[in-house]
Amino acid sequence: MIGDPVPRIDAPKKVTGTATYTAEVWDAGQPLYGWIVGAAIGHGRIARLDTARAEAAPGVQLVWTHRNAPKQHEPDAGQISYARARPVLTSAEIRHHGEAVALVVATTLEEARAAAALVDVAYEAADGHFDLAAREAHAVEPPMVQSGLFATRSKLGDVDAAMAAAPVTIDRRYTTPYELAQPMEPPACFAAWKGDQVTVHTSTQIIAAARARIAQTLGIPMEKVKVVARYVGGGFGSKLGVQAETILAVLAARALAKPVKIALSRQQMFQLVSQRPASRQRVRLAAGRDGLLTAFAHEATIQQAYGSDFVEQTAACGRPLYAAANRFTTHRVVSLHLPPGGDVRAPGEATGLLAIESAMDELAHALGLDPVELRVRNEPPRDPESNVPFSQRRLVECLQEGARRFGWQRRRATPATLRDAHGWIGYGMASAIRTHFQLATSVRVRLGPSGAAVVQSDMTDIGTGTYTILAQTVGEALGISHHDVRVELGDSDFPTSAGSGGSFGAANSCNAAFRACRALRARLAAAAVADPLSPMHGLDPAGATLADGRLAIGHASEPVADLVTRLFPSGVDAIGDVADGTAEPSYKAYALNTYGAHFAEVRVDAVTGEVRLQRMLGVFDGGRMLNRATARSQLLGGMLWGAGGALLEDAPVDPRYGSFAARDLAQYLVPAHADVPEIDAIILEGVDDKANDLGAKGVGELGICGAGAAIANAVFNAVGVRVRDFPITIEKLLPGLPR
Amino acid sequence: MKAFTYERAADARAAVAAAAARANAKFIAGGTNLLDLMRLEIEQPAHLIDISRLPLQAIDDEPGGGLRLGAQARNSDTAADPRVRTRYPLLSQALLAGASAQLRNKASIGGNLLQRTRCAYFYDTTAPCNKRTPGGGCAAIGGLNRNHAILGASDACIATNPSDMAVALMALDAEVELLGATGASRRVALRDFYLLPETTPHIETVVHPGELITAVVLPRAPAGRQLYRKVRDRASYEFALVSVGVLLAVEKGTVEEVRVALGGVAHKPWRALEAEAVLRGRAPSVAAYQAAADAALARAVGRGHNDFKIELAKRTLVDALTKAGRP
Amino acid sequence: MPKSTPGVERAARPAAKPAAPTGAPTQKLELEVNRTSYALDVDVRTSLLDALREHLHLTGTKKGCDHGQCGACTVLIEGRRINACLTLAVMHEGDQITTIEGLGAPEALHPMQAAFLARDALQCGYCTPGQICSAVGMLVEVAAGWPSHATPDVGTRPVELTDGEIRERMSGNLCRCCAYPNILAAIRDVASGPNGGRSP
Repeated sequence: MIGDPVPRIDAPKKVTGTATYTAEVWDAGQPLYGWIVGAAIGHGRIARLDTARAEAAPGVQLVWTHRNAPKQHEPDAGQISYARARPVLTSAEIRHHGEAVALVVATTLEEARAAAALVDVAYEAADGHFDLAAREAHAVEPPMVQSGLFATRSKLGDVDAAMAAAPVTIDRRYTTPYELAQPMEPPACFAAWKGDQVTVHTSTQIIAAARARIAQTLGIPMEKVKVVARYVGGGFGSKLGVQAETILAVLAARALAKPVKIALSRQQMFQLVSQRPASRQRVRLAAGRDGLLTAFAHEATIQQAYGSDFVEQTAACGRPLYAAANRFTTHRVVSLHLPPGGDVRAPGEATGLLAIESAMDELAHALGLDPVELRVRNEPPRDPESNVPFSQRRLVECLQEGARRFGWQRRRATPATLRDAHGWIGYGMASAIRTHFQLATSVRVRLGPSGAAVVQSDMTDIGTGTYTILAQTVGEALGISHHDVRVELGDSDFPTSAGSGGSFGAANSCNAAFRACRALRARLAAAAVADPLSPMHGLDPAGATLADGRLAIGHASEPVADLVTRLFPSGVDAIGDVADGTAEPSYKAYALNTYGAHFAEVRVDAVTGEVRLQRMLGVFDGGRMLNRATARSQLLGGMLWGAGGALLEDAPVDPRYGSFAARDLAQYLVPAHADVPEIDAIILEGVDDKANDLGAKGVGELGICGAGAAIANAVFNAVGVRVRDFPITIEKLLPGLPR
Repeated sequence: MKAFTYERAADARAAVAAAAARANAKFIAGGTNLLDLMRLEIEQPAHLIDISRLPLQAIDDEPGGGLRLGAQARNSDTAADPRVRTRYPLLSQALLAGASAQLRNKASIGGNLLQRTRCAYFYDTTAPCNKRTPGGGCAAIGGLNRNHAILGASDACIATNPSDMAVALMALDAEVELLGATGASRRVALRDFYLLPETTPHIETVVHPGELITAVVLPRAPAGRQLYRKVRDRASYEFALVSVGVLLAVEKGTVEEVRVALGGVAHKPWRALEAEAVLRGRAPSVAAYQAAADAALARAVGRGHNDFKIELAKRTLVDALTKAGRP
Repeated sequence: MPKSTPGVERAARPAAKPAAPTGAPTQKLELEVNRTSYALDVDVRTSLLDALREHLHLTGTKKGCDHGQCGACTVLIEGRRINACLTLAVMHEGDQITTIEGLGAPEALHPMQAAFLARDALQCGYCTPGQICSAVGMLVEVAAGWPSHATPDVGTRPVELTDGEIRERMSGNLCRCCAYPNILAAIRDVASGPNGGRSP
């Protein structure tokens, strides 16, 4: 049952529009509507404010600026970043374009938005730092990468010496642009107070972080804050922490003693969320003529906002990837007056592997060696930097299986030698790797008075399939159909999880649920053997099993429903926990990653240089799959995010204003249906027993890792033009298109 | 969105009378661009006159083989009309290359003609824009101008007209029928309908305030192959970087008739008469097409990020002519 | 194009109580949504999308971008798919409006809804109602012989519904989870079913 591709249990609601997302809550009554006013400059301060016209506008209940907004608490840097206080409207200083400078709350949405436009703000602009390239000389190594999950730098041997000695070297620079997660559901919050208790419906990936952030910002006990997110319309990292919309809705609802709803506009999502930082990367590779790497170096410089400590793990993703004796990786940050960078699906890997796997393709080309073979030859026996064994690693199998299925042998080794009536055809490939994490998570499994199973956790389902895989896991562990398991998520009244993010949600929550079921079985067995009315009375509870709705010890068994009704008239529950990976010995003893290989075929229009993906295949090794259908869907989605990153997504900053110039979905291009060709994701069946009880890891981000590089390499193979500044767009290909 | 009053017009005359009676009134048909801009307060009409139900939806044959497209004919209905598909495939192709099915189901022919630029700075109310605020300056000049004009731009504005449909109509020598406040109607050749930005980029067409587009009239299409080619980063649902509409008739080894229009390159859909002049009467060849493309783009000026569009437009045009000229 | 309003017969529902507007011009109107008539008194600025979501509490229709750039708000007006964000509620008096709630319910799925479920053609689910309404409208357009940008020759009728045709015709509905391959499979399942997938 675990692993079966059963349909999502939340699908009937989602396909009928009856799954209610944050802005769709009505049971707490008619809310007032809030609208956030954003700063019109990138750096400077508010010189003059006039809210009179807004206050006098029809329906307006409240206008807040830094002058009259409630006092809030400052963030405590010791917290994990998404849980820290996030005060809003605190000063006249403008830290980035679009930063909230005012809030208007009115009776209707139309009134709130119209009045927001009447808030008159004059600015005193200051010269800001907005241009990453121009400020690169000011880059510094940050103390921490990804809140300390990764070291800032690593060094083994002597890369410079190896580069000098090697017959073949690659030393290239790559750049990646600002990108935005842009989930389909804009961040939103519906807040309603009852006395000193607030219920906050908010679109978030991590309930506990939202709760902590709200409580700390307001300076109230966590117990006073209930956070709910039953359905989340995508997150991709952008909803790891709640933002201004939530803090302001909670504050305004308190001030007005009425429910308040605030949703960001799509345009505001380019300013009030966070972006994948732009990067400038250097990759150096040294190899013998046999293709064996002697040096690997990866240096990444990324944007950071002044005052932020967010650094994604761009230069960490290559550390476990290929064997090479001499190694150097480091991160540097450049502070700019832009919105804080944040996690966007596969932070670090999405951009880092774009560079590394492009460089590997350049090396293969320089060596005259097949790119698949180059990677196979550099497969490390142990983690090349930590020197611990891999828990399970089938990268080579992914590469070879992918090559076979894709028809890789049809690739022309010489670029720009294959064309059809429409354009140049190219094949490309790349490896995928992503570090596996485990974070502390608790799940409760309860058997009601009639024996009906209920799973509860504050874990979220952001499209990841959590509802379904939990039902499957608990169904299997309790020996019942997953249809008979009710899953309740996204509510801070339930046990705390690490939420959805970092590809850890599935393994965290299902292992915790699995352990809860084990504990529940033990409780049932202990009660049964102690009960003279049970056929299992006096037997050894250690051998108890749950199957087909019955608890059994040896040949004696009894329906679970009867047992619960008799012995636990008000029901029985157990909580299962998984600990943080740092507390697990196997996470120290082994390097735990997920792996994959991408293969792409592109056609480059011979006239215009338009790149169109023709075919794509990924083969993945991600431990045990909890639902092969939802896992495959996530992998396909990830691969297409890779395609978007390689070919479309780009949010350029206008360095005169410090703003993302194009702030909507007509200008920030994400893949549309017509961009998506024949595509498949193959999952290698497997169990990583070093990871956890179920042997499961996560695949939410694995699909992106390396996917863009496979496409970039295919473009090079098609037309012989190597684009190192992403995305690969027409103007970068046109001058070099073969005639 | 600024507050406004709303009325639904009973007929075309009532609509223009209503517009004449109110200050700052606007007609709303499909609304797909007007409401988009009103929501950002880039458009701020005080009064909306709903013309979406006026009986201007018919597509009728004209004497002499032309076609009269009611201004309220939906983009999708027009693209699917059998007469359009067979006699004006260029128009059908151009319509279908634009927007999405949902938008085409709403957008009218008249509204499409009047859609405004998609320049990012026009949409960004925190940036200067002469089109939004005359005299405010142009952020696109010296800014991120990858999508901007290479032909006919001015120091005041380098925005482009985003319509695909209008490129086809330009090549097909369409005329626009307008109804004035007095009840008098007039026809304007599409070629004369749009204005270059010069010093007044906020004035985009010759339509007088309160004047209503009632129809677009297509003369009989000359014989010849028609073809629309749109170049864009995304495979669908995106405005053109460059587009080309051509009609080419080759008789006995000579170009008998040729029409060339370009989209995404200028403040208006761009008719390239110079290119047509190069080809008319000449033997079709890649060299001739290249000469035509060079003539079409002879006065093109890049602004930095959009420099590539000059070469791109030429290549696309040569290719379109080559395909249209195949026996 | 044939006028058809896909959907199942639903019992009449009392009109929801609208928020009381103040100040700005308002208008009373009746909206016919999923064969139920609703009386409303709205600020004339109210989009059809906001009327559905904030006044009628029919929140199956999603707000993704509010500018016709994503398709999440797709509904059917007289059987035609449109973006509900870029039209005013007051412009739709007398129109037959069908939303995702009018196509089917969890216990009585429309074939397109069932196909999306079976093919895992959704992840976060936020674009899904729009995708489904769009797909239902799209099959009606195909049956009417409408061409698309993917049609090799717009002069030909009927149109062959290739995968390329489906992809192009569905490109007005963005899915950030990129469930596109499964959406394609779901639509193909329905299109190859009885009556070309059109609702009875």
